[in-house]
Amino acid sequence: MYNQPKYVPMRPSTFFRDGRSERPAVPGTVARDELNDNDAVYQGRVGGSLVDTLPVPLTPELLARGRERYNIFCAPCHARVGDGNGMIVQRGFSRPPTFHQDRLRNAPVGHFFDVITHGWGAMPDYAAQVPVADRWAIVAYIRALQLSQHAPASLVPADHQADLNQPLRLPATEFGKAAPHGVDYPKEVQP
Amino acid sequence: MPQLFPHSANSSVRVSLVILVTVVAALAWVGVSYQYGPYTTRQGQTREQPVPFSHAHHVGGLGLDCRYCHTSVEGSSFAGIPPTKTCMNCHAQIWSGSSMLAPVRDSFRTGESIRWTKVHDLPDFVYFQHDIHIAKGVGCQSCHGDVDRMPLMYQAKSLQMRWCLDCHRAPEKYLRPKDQIFNTEYTYPANQLALGRQLIQQYHVRSPQDITSCSTCHH
Ligand code: HEC
Ligand code: HEC
Ligand code: HEC
Ligand code: HEC
Ligand code: HEC
Ligand code: HEC
Repeated sequence: MYNQPKYVPMRPSTFFRDGRSERPAVPGTVARDELNDNDAVYQGRVGGSLVDTLPVPLTPELLARGRERYNIFCAPCHARVGDGNGMIVQRGFSRPPTFHQDRLRNAPVGHFFDVITHGWGAMPDYAAQVPVADRWAIVAYIRALQLSQHAPASLVPADHQADLNQPLRLPATEFGKAAPHGVDYPKEVQP
Repeated sequence: MPQLFPHSANSSVRVSLVILVTVVAALAWVGVSYQYGPYTTRQGQTREQPVPFSHAHHVGGLGLDCRYCHTSVEGSSFAGIPPTKTCMNCHAQIWSGSSMLAPVRDSFRTGESIRWTKVHDLPDFVYFQHDIHIAKGVGCQSCHGDVDRMPLMYQAKSLQMRWCLDCHRAPEKYLRPKDQIFNTEYTYPANQLALGRQLIQQYHVRSPQDITSCSTCHH
């Protein structure tokens, strides 16, 4: 009764030669609802060239989801601010380029999708860990991240323009203690 | 007629009564410790693993989120053990010559699975799902303990039925806000019971009657 003769996830099999009870789909199988024939969404490309506009609706929820997923999957190397100095890089992984440079600010959104899906140079792909919908959420968030470090002063609402010349303030409690796990303060505000 | 029993018999009866009670109590104690103790539940014991993977280093030290590796924990019954590719994301470059990681590289090269030893194992007649617990505000820590401080994984709780029921009877003791589920350093506030009751409302947690009925976990 404790271990019944049935397969539960990850229970090994003596029947199949590779010992796995979970079987890969036969090549060419298309599951219901998984035709994935929208190239803009599933490949990040239309007619072979990278898409330049987000192929999914941009909503506050999408950005919030994107931030969460970015912090889980990308921040270990790219850091929460996107400067490429994440924890794994500090432990010796190749340093990724910062997102805050013109080449990547002008890159089409399809490029980011493509990098997540297929990897890029020393960067591994994240296709198995990040499903398609989350990839677009991350891409949208990276755009927000880029804007956050490159916003023209004119974007600041008129009644806050005066604040721009104030020195940077952090809540008093943030000073004098080490950054909590996984939080990277931008260099300028490091306590 | 002479006496059948010598005078000392009185005290030997008393002594043997005491011995009997002691032996029964000792047997009961042995039985209970066997039933609830780590010998049966395997609580607190580490298992031999093909690679000495350390949650203390990867979670506590590097700050990785559980979901980087256990990707299916929010959306399915099963949390999932990461495939070799996930390790190679970093270990293609980091410690890439270390003999400790040789099984990982071999597995990546040959496509053969790494055979991790299961640490938590409920009997097959118990129905358990991760997703519902995550969706209703139960943190990983409540069931798996201080994973960020485990150099080798062990089972922190007994996983016996009465342990499940202790929470199902009064979930307000353990619920936390959903954005704290993966926080390994969460501390419960002083007004936990009040907060817990509020979260029960907010997340529409079903009543104890519902989730302690036998068919919730056995069907
Ligand atoms: C294990 C570390 C690591 C992780 C995690 C990681 N990256 Fe990278 N990334 C790199 C490295 C290293 C490079 C530079 C690769 C090169 O140029 O060879 C890079 C480059 C990039 C580039 C720049 C490509 C270009 O045009 O130069 C983008 C965009 C990018 N990563 C996005 C992401 C996203 C999105 C995620 C999360 C899903 C992510 N990365 C997660 C290491 C990582
Ligand atoms: C870098 C990848 C990685 C991260 C991040 C990670 N884990 Fe794991 N986890 C593993 C691997 C590999 C195993 C299997 C080996 C073992 O049992 O130590 C495992 C095993 C476990 C097990 C025991 C599974 C069993 O056999 O019963 C639990 C529980 C667990 N992890 C919880 C967590 C929690 C909670 C977090 C987040 C705080 C976390 N893990 C983060 C890779 C990871
Ligand atoms: C996000 C990057 C990353 C991932 C993914 C990762 N590791 Fe590591 N691992 C590291 C780093 C960085 C170190 C060095 C530890 C340190 O410096 O504290 C390390 C160290 C190790 C060590 C050396 C002993 C130790 O604990 O320090 C082992 C063994 C190990 N990892 C196994 C694994 C396995 C198995 C997996 C896959 C389940 C895995 N790692 C996934 C980054 C990673
Ligand atoms: C309500 C208690 C509870 C919570 C909360 C919980 N787990 Fe588990 N976990 C269990 C039990 C019980 C098992 C054993 C399941 C079995 O043997 O079928 C388990 C097994 C696992 C395993 C082994 C693989 C599997 O799914 O059987 C991993 C990995 C794991 N948990 C990770 C996590 C992570 C990460 C979190 C937080 C997001 C988490 N757990 C939250 C109770 C819990
Ligand atoms: C720390 C608290 C806690 C622990 C420990 C715990 N649970 Fe739960 N469990 C909950 C909460 C909260 C719910 C959500 C009830 C609801 O659906 O509203 C739940 C729901 C469930 C459900 C209902 C799922 C459904 O869809 O009907 C099952 C089955 C279950 N738990 C099994 C278990 C088992 C088996 C264990 C012990 C191995 C366990 N739980 C331990 C808090 C806990
Ligand atoms: C919250 C989930 C949960 C509920 C509700 C629950 N059980 Fe269980 N039950 C378990 C778990 C977990 C185990 C396995 C305990 C172990 O492995 O030590 C178990 C084991 C058992 C066993 C086997 C004991 C053994 O040692 O083999 C019996 C019999 C049982 N339950 C009966 C019941 C009955 C009757 C009810 C209703 C009054 C009930 N259970 C309600 C979780 C539950």
